Amino acid sequence: MTEQTSMQDQIKQTVTDNKVVLFMKGNANFPQCGFSGKSVQILTALDAEFVTVDVLSNDQIRDGIKQYSNWPTIPQLYINGEFIGGCDIITEMYEAGELKDTLGQSA
Amino acid sequence: MVTPEQLKNWIESGFDGAQVTVEGDGHHFEANIVAAEFEGKSRIQRHQLVYAALGDKMKAEVHALSMKTLTPSEA
Repeated sequence: MTEQTSMQDQIKQTVTDNKVVLFMKGNANFPQCGFSGKSVQILTALDAEFVTVDVLSNDQIRDGIKQYSNWPTIPQLYINGEFIGGCDIITEMYEAGELKDTLGQSA
Repeated sequence: MVTPEQLKNWIESGFDGAQVTVEGDGHHFEANIVAAEFEGKSRIQRHQLVYAALGDKMKAEVHALSMKTLTPSEA
C-alpha cells in the first residue's frame, strides 16, 4: 500500500471511530487560523463532544484530507463519518439550527 | 496577489450567466454567487462547484474564500 493510500485509510478510520471530528489548523485551545477558531467556538457553543486533528502537525494529513473530501480548504468537519463542510457551511448550519440537529443525531 | 476582480472572473467563467460579487484583501475573500446551476444542490455540492471552477488557482493563490451560494429563486 502506498503512503498516500494508508493516509486515506487513516483518515477514514479517524472519521469512522469518532462521531464528530474537526480537521483544523492548531487545536481547540490554540486554533492557528480564524476559520478554524470560529468552527471550534461553534462546536463548543453547542456543547458538542468533538475530536480535533491538527493538520499543521503533518503535511500528509493536510494534503490527504483535502483529497479525501475533494475540498481544498481547512477546517473540515465530519459527523458520523460524513463530510459536513468548512467554516462557511458550519456557520450557515449553526445559524439555521441545522448543526444542532445533525450533532444531536450523533449523540 | 489575487484581486477581487480576478476572482470574480474566475468564478464567472465556471458558470453560465451567474451573478458574482467578490470582496477581499488579497488573501481572504468573500463571494456572493447566484447561479442556476445550484438548483437542487446541497451547500457542499454548490461550494464544490465553485472550487471546481477555481481549480488549481484555489490551492495556490486563494487562502480563504467564504461564499454565499444561492439559486436565482433564493436570491
